[in-house]
Amino acid sequence: MTATDRIYLRQTPAEALPAPAMRAGVLGWLRANLFSSPANIALTVICAVLIVWLVPPLLRFFVFDAVWSGDDRQACLALPQHPDVGACWAFIRVWSSYFVYGFYPAAERWRVDLFFLALAFGIGWVAWLGAPRRDLGAIYLFVVLPVVSYFLLGGLPLVGLVSVPTTQWGGILVTIVVATVGIAASLPLGILLALGRRSAMPAVKFFSVIFIEFVRGVPLITVLFMASVMLPLFVPDRFAPDKLVRALIGVALFASAYMAEVARGGLVSIPRGQYEAAQALGLPYWRMMGLVILPQALQVTLPNIVNTFIGLFKDTTLVFIVGIFDFLRTIEAARGDPHWITPVTSVTGYAFAALFYFVCCCGMSRYTRNVEARLARAHRR
Amino acid sequence: MKDVATTVATERSDGEPAKWAIEIIALNKWYGEFHVLRDINVSVACGERIVICGPSGGGKSTMLRCINRLEDWQRGRVIVDGKELTDDHRQILAVRREVGMVFQQFNLFPHLTVLENCTLAPIWVRHMPKKEAEELAMRYLTRVKIPDQALKYPARLSGGQQQRVAIARALCMSPNIMLFDEPTSALDPEMVKEVLDTMLELAGDGITMLVVTHEMGFARQVADRMIFMADGQIVEINGTKAFFDHPQHERTRLFLKQVLH
Repeated sequence: MTATDRIYLRQTPAEALPAPAMRAGVLGWLRANLFSSPANIALTVICAVLIVWLVPPLLRFFVFDAVWSGDDRQACLALPQHPDVGACWAFIRVWSSYFVYGFYPAAERWRVDLFFLALAFGIGWVAWLGAPRRDLGAIYLFVVLPVVSYFLLGGLPLVGLVSVPTTQWGGILVTIVVATVGIAASLPLGILLALGRRSAMPAVKFFSVIFIEFVRGVPLITVLFMASVMLPLFVPDRFAPDKLVRALIGVALFASAYMAEVARGGLVSIPRGQYEAAQALGLPYWRMMGLVILPQALQVTLPNIVNTFIGLFKDTTLVFIVGIFDFLRTIEAARGDPHWITPVTSVTGYAFAALFYFVCCCGMSRYTRNVEARLARAHRR
Repeated sequence: MKDVATTVATERSDGEPAKWAIEIIALNKWYGEFHVLRDINVSVACGERIVICGPSGGGKSTMLRCINRLEDWQRGRVIVDGKELTDDHRQILAVRREVGMVFQQFNLFPHLTVLENCTLAPIWVRHMPKKEAEELAMRYLTRVKIPDQALKYPARLSGGQQQRVAIARALCMSPNIMLFDEPTSALDPEMVKEVLDTMLELAGDGITMLVVTHEMGFARQVADRMIFMADGQIVEINGTKAFFDHPQHERTRLFLKQVLH
């Protein structure tokens, strides 16, 4: 009894001590991360075996045994002096301008290069978070660039730019055009559809729901076929849009239906209080959405948005089905070239395609993770 | 029920018909089948400070939220500053511009800094130049005693600080009327006072205030009139002193006994 009755009073404040040192060093790290439990040890061993089994042959094929230069298939054939032939990069080299430009006239290809440069500049401007006047950058990227590119790539005889019909476009040019138009159009359209779906106005809501559910319910190939085959039935011949434009519309509409659902997910996650606070301040609907709700909703759902972009980027390969020569289609065409037929040509072509798509998609994904981390640091404790 | 309008008008006795800041006339609201507001009649004079109390679920917040049309209703009229709230959007926006609101959960915009929270509406609703809006915001942030937090994001502030920012944000629109919806209920006990002090100071300014709160000490100090609501009805309206000293209705007496210990 007496012990519990005794008063406790701290005489000196408890000092804050440094946290106990981690088990430092390489061994400590290894033990903590690779060999912490039996399951972890098993996984580590399996991964090590996989790496040893896969990486050396891949390296050998794509780098050490690869053929880097040559004029035709002879260079990439297995000969007695080098029986193991690796990837035939010489083939990619020779065909590279076709992969980039398609049938775009050689004399006009500087226009494509200029387009790539202008696009890269715009993306860099908007994507670099510390850049000055990013609002101007957005205007440049979403308003100025599309208009300028349209004339730059398509031609404007008035100022001496020979017109180049889209049937001559191809390769990476087409892939980039389809992907950027799809991405740039699907985000705003998708947001509008998502807002429409949550609208209090029945007609708007009904249209949005029907559109989203219908487009999501059919494969992209169907949408592309419809855009390229059915659209001309409704529009008089003279006004019928170009084949590439039709495919662009198809891709944009398809992607916007997916984007709508992604954006809706973000909108749902915003608490009611945010809407009420914005309304109580007297902000009209579009201001409330643009200034308060959407910035938060899009931030929450940024990983999903980029996920959709990445999906869209790869889906652009499907435009070949309506006769458009995108990047993958140019590789398909080139690998059939009798001058270059070897056992390794196709593998090399596809590996090159995989590398291209991987670099683009990985770039988008890494960039987003950066932005996410930055936003998280800024807005949370 | 006694006609409140005449009571107040005679109290003012300035000869002219009093200009009402808020008139709520025969207001009825249902959530589905549930009759949440039943025949509410209140008139609030300009500059009047009113505290609304009562058991939770009694319709206090709902009534308050009708005043800037965050809630709609099925029957009755609400007239704010002479503008009747109807389905007309422009009218609703016009009223909301003049009516500030402070919420229980603060509802600051987490993606904007404290300063941006305050300048958002002046810039985009009042079309004030950014520079001017920032000066205005800093003035009000100084008034609520947190000018040094202006460039932080709300998540880095304590609850009491957040609520004071919310008050500053509402004040930046120079409202004629301020609505407080349980402004201290979500706060840690040690932060209640700083928010109440801010509101107290505001009450000295002659702004029309309607406050839903359980802080009876604050009510005694500030309120001109008290409203007691229960079961979606106004049970009693009275001058503050009379309300606390001589509650008329049995339910009011019971409620006061419980909250005043």
